[in-house]
Amino acid sequence: MVSADAGNIVQFDNVGLRYGSGVETLSDLNFSLAAGAFYFLTGPSGAGKSSLLRLIYLAQRPSRGVIRMFGEDVVTLPRQRMPGFRRRIGVVFQDFRLVPHLSAYENIALPLRVNGVAEADIDQPVREMLEWVGLSGRANAKPPTLSGGEQQRVAIARAVIGRPEILVADEPTGNVDPEMAERLLYLFEALNKLGTTILVATHDLHLVPRVPSAQLMRLDKGHIADPTGMLRYPPRRG
Amino acid sequence: MAGGHDQWVSGRAARRLLPEGWPSGPMPWVIAIMMFLMVLAAAAGLALGLAANSLDRSLTAQVTIQIVDANQARRDAAAARIIAGAKAVPGVARVDRVSDAAMTELLRPWLGGGLADTDLPVPAMIDIAFAPAPGNAPAAVRALAMRISPAARIDDHAQWLRPLAGLMGSLRWLAGVLVLMMAAAAAFTVVLAARAALNTHRSTIEVLHLLGSTDGQIASLFQRRIALDALTGGMVGLLLASLVIVTVGERIVAVGSDLLGTIGLPVAAWGLLALLPIAGTVLAMFAARMTILASLRRRL
Ligand SMILES: Nc1ncnc2c1ncn2[C@@H]1O[C@H](COP(=O)(O)OP(=O)(O)O)[C@@H](O)[C@H]1O
Ligand SMILES: [Mg+2]
Repeated sequence: MVSADAGNIVQFDNVGLRYGSGVETLSDLNFSLAAGAFYFLTGPSGAGKSSLLRLIYLAQRPSRGVIRMFGEDVVTLPRQRMPGFRRRIGVVFQDFRLVPHLSAYENIALPLRVNGVAEADIDQPVREMLEWVGLSGRANAKPPTLSGGEQQRVAIARAVIGRPEILVADEPTGNVDPEMAERLLYLFEALNKLGTTILVATHDLHLVPRVPSAQLMRLDKGHIADPTGMLRYPPRRG
Repeated sequence: MAGGHDQWVSGRAARRLLPEGWPSGPMPWVIAIMMFLMVLAAAAGLALGLAANSLDRSLTAQVTIQIVDANQARRDAAAARIIAGAKAVPGVARVDRVSDAAMTELLRPWLGGGLADTDLPVPAMIDIAFAPAPGNAPAAVRALAMRISPAARIDDHAQWLRPLAGLMGSLRWLAGVLVLMMAAAAAFTVVLAARAALNTHRSTIEVLHLLGSTDGQIASLFQRRIALDALTGGMVGLLLASLVIVTVGERIVAVGSDLLGTIGLPVAAWGLLALLPIAGTVLAMFAARMTILASLRRRL
């Protein structure tokens, strides 16, 4: 089994998630994500998309089952090893979670600082990212003075600047116009071509055909719909 | 400047991770007040300790035994036996009979030059000096003298100064306890301040956490700010307390009492007091770090 999982960056086995004592929000999740692939996670509002992403970016432990990331079981991972794993995961939060008293520039620089990147090596990548998301002119603006779309782009820049192995984005185009949405998807695709695995949760099915190479996962009432079995044995890229 | 795991906090940029308008609240002032009281208590403790020590030394250093007996032969015999006995007591350094000539000399101002001609009984006087740590030698000598001659009178300054020395000793302990209690109260203040800071910055911490910050990195951010607050408060407290100590010290000198004159602070004691804010800052940093790490450990 282990060798079959070698190309998988994420693997869920019989994963369930229950908040409190209610019914399971996520049930019997069995799927894997191939390293280097591009996935859309769709489903109606309340289906559990954000919950599934939270499991992947290690903000939440499942109530049952096994989650393996980068080949290691993260459910039983000791706490002190979590930061190292989190640094390999880029996250675009649905509510952005920008640090309000830091400028757009400083917010984007955060992952580099957390990683202990030398001060001299921070400026250039941050400026490049600002340019890529079209915010060069807003580098010193604080998040509260930015529009929703601008905040979203800062959040995306922050998620990708550390060259994560996997990028997890929760409704990343929810607050931007269709043109910007297309540009951001183009950014994700470019990143994907550099080798980053991408998982984009969205309730907007119109996005899916814009990325021809993408695979589709559908989540409904806490269950993964995987009629083709593609997710259990995902195809390799290349 | 290669990036280590706790490296980031050394950068000026990293310090901005917490907003400039750090909501210090009353913590620096509470620390200042506590440090003020702590320095005063410590100064009082040090001064009392030094005074009690020097008092103790002079108290146990020496006693004088007088034998007042009209019968000169009996007086001299008793004196000789006491001298012989005292010399055998461990802890006794020196035993001297004050000669009759010296006694005459001592008494001349009161009795005039013709003392030798009178029949006035001159007391025999024996000076006994004790070794630095005499143990129960003073008590042994006293018992010896009383046994040999009921006429022996022991002139012991310790008799009435000893309770004072005892009082000074207990006050010194009280001062020490006050310092410790103040330090504990300051530490609790820091714990509360750290918890408040964690609460205020919960969302920032959450983001840093999810970006892969270690607990150590996050704790460093907060403990730096809290240490700065504690240092500021501590310095203010030390300054105010020093003013009070110097002022009170001048008053004591003005009183000019020999006894109070022994209450004063040598340079070393001042050095010790100056260390208190530093120690307080280290304590604050430690308390803050422990509080923050304990709180962070509760999350995933
Ligand atoms: N922290 C939470 N505590 C309790 N229930 C939650 C929590 N987060 C999400 N839920 C519930 O889980 C279900 C799925 O939510 P979510 O994962 O946000 O779905 P989606 O992102 O697809 O809209 C919803 O019914 C929601 O109310
Ligand atoms: Mg959601």
